[in-house]
Amino acid sequence: MNKARRNPVNIAAAHGILILYTVIALFPVFVILINSFKTRRSIFREPLALPDAESFSTVGYETVFNQGDFFGYFQNSMIVTVASLFFILLFGAMAAFALSEYRFKGNTLMGLYLALGIMIPIRIGTVAILELMVDTGLVNTLWALILVYTAQGLPLAVFILSEFMRQVSDDLKNAGRIDGLSEYTIFFRLVLPLVRPAMATVAVFNMIPIWNDLWFPLILAPAEETKTLTLGSQVFIGQFVTDWNAVLSALGMAILPVMVLYVIFSRQLIRGITSGAVK
Amino acid sequence: MRKPQIRWHILVFLAPAVLVYTAIMIIPLFNTLRLALFDEVDRTRVFVGLDNFRTLFGDPLWSDAFWNALGNNFWFFLIHMLVQNPIGILLAAILSHPRLRFAALYRTAIFVPTILSFVIVGFAWKLILSPIWGIAPGMMDAVGLDDYFLPWLGLESTALTTLALISVWQFVGIPMMLIYAALLSIPEEILEAGECDGITGASAFWKIKLPLILPSIGIISILTFVGNFNAFDLIYAAQGALAGPDYSTDILGTFMYRTFFGFQLQLGDPHMGSAIASAMFAIILIGVCIYLFGIQTRMRRYQF
Repeated sequence: MNKARRNPVNIAAAHGILILYTVIALFPVFVILINSFKTRRSIFREPLALPDAESFSTVGYETVFNQGDFFGYFQNSMIVTVASLFFILLFGAMAAFALSEYRFKGNTLMGLYLALGIMIPIRIGTVAILELMVDTGLVNTLWALILVYTAQGLPLAVFILSEFMRQVSDDLKNAGRIDGLSEYTIFFRLVLPLVRPAMATVAVFNMIPIWNDLWFPLILAPAEETKTLTLGSQVFIGQFVTDWNAVLSALGMAILPVMVLYVIFSRQLIRGITSGAVK
Repeated sequence: MRKPQIRWHILVFLAPAVLVYTAIMIIPLFNTLRLALFDEVDRTRVFVGLDNFRTLFGDPLWSDAFWNALGNNFWFFLIHMLVQNPIGILLAAILSHPRLRFAALYRTAIFVPTILSFVIVGFAWKLILSPIWGIAPGMMDAVGLDDYFLPWLGLESTALTTLALISVWQFVGIPMMLIYAALLSIPEEILEAGECDGITGASAFWKIKLPLILPSIGIISILTFVGNFNAFDLIYAAQGALAGPDYSTDILGTFMYRTFFGFQLQLGDPHMGSAIASAMFAIILIGVCIYLFGIQTRMRRYQF
């Protein structure tokens, strides 16, 4: 056995470093959350103390609910994220199936064409995307965002899903063909259920950047009715800069849904990254 | 010869992805490059060739801002490479220790900042580092370093580095996870063979593990490069579109935003914006090519 693996001093040092970094990672989030539940005076007097009976206050959250339409923003973010993920997964899986299952002229070329977008960020094309959305009247609609995020997510989705689809056994698909199933039925009934873990990985990978994006909501859909939670909290905080209760509570409101999603999906996310989906 | 029949289902499977991808990503990308060659004169679009680039690189009004943004961007990237990736590798090396307890817990906790939006991260750090609130000065006071406190985000000399470090704080989870995965995939036999030859502990890391995870470090470097050269959100959230103080935190993303979208008194100019976007495209393309042809092909990959 490795000596280092038995040495208690090394183990203690390892835990020491990890605990230190965990504290660094969580401290800002913790400070924001506890202070969002305090009165203005105790925010300044004892910023590191937990809220107690005396200092507890939800005045910040009241301002947030009265002044900002956070439920609306949240709803927009949900619609955009869920719809984009749906299209990324559906279109991505279909294209991945075509590329991995059939031999046809231009197969490799098509694969390379779709893979271009993995390395080239879609933001480079923003000027023309904005013109396109203005011309088609999609500016300030959630559709503009959904389309952009779908296009942005597709390249990696096709790449990951076709890797996985190559592993689905040919015997199974051929058995289906002998039974007279159409290619569409084979895809939806046989192949899709088998690549569900890979689909989950793709979904989790795309979910965070879409939810957190500020660039495209700012440029394509800055109207009040279409603001996403990220843009909404950015604008809200900008307006309430001096109202510390409101700013901290707005940050709290923005942190909470992401944390809930993370708690639900963290295993999937970490398994996805560590299973070597990104190679 | 039999005429090959068209297999419609292939088309049906490919069409939606290819259409959306082409219409929203590829065409706008080339359109942006094309728009960079035009300008607006008397409300009509006229072809001006490379004039916009001449203005961007040659006219001091523009070129100062451009080189400033480019230089800042390189500094931003350098800090990520020098701080984020070593910390990520260190954490991953510790986490991959086979008998470490609570590894999953640490992993989950350290990844938390990565899932937060730039808006949250930017404002949270702005508040914490703010001299008004006094969390940072208070904590430094507690350890006797209060003399060293400065309003880092407000000083021209330190704002960019501070923002880069905040970004490092946010994204350190990604190199950590990727390196962690790479370390776990090293077979036990190789490490045991090293032990038989007396290579253990730290030297096992430097001599056996590090060479084996080099391809992952390469991937992380190029991901960092692409991510940094189209970064925008954190700077915008923390310092606004003017990337203050006095443009000291201006990077290509914020420069392009101000130029093409307009800000305050400055009118939006889609053609100059496209020119900046084209420059960003060229930089990213050069980076990706260096990686693909210069680094990746030379790197030895080991098959287990």
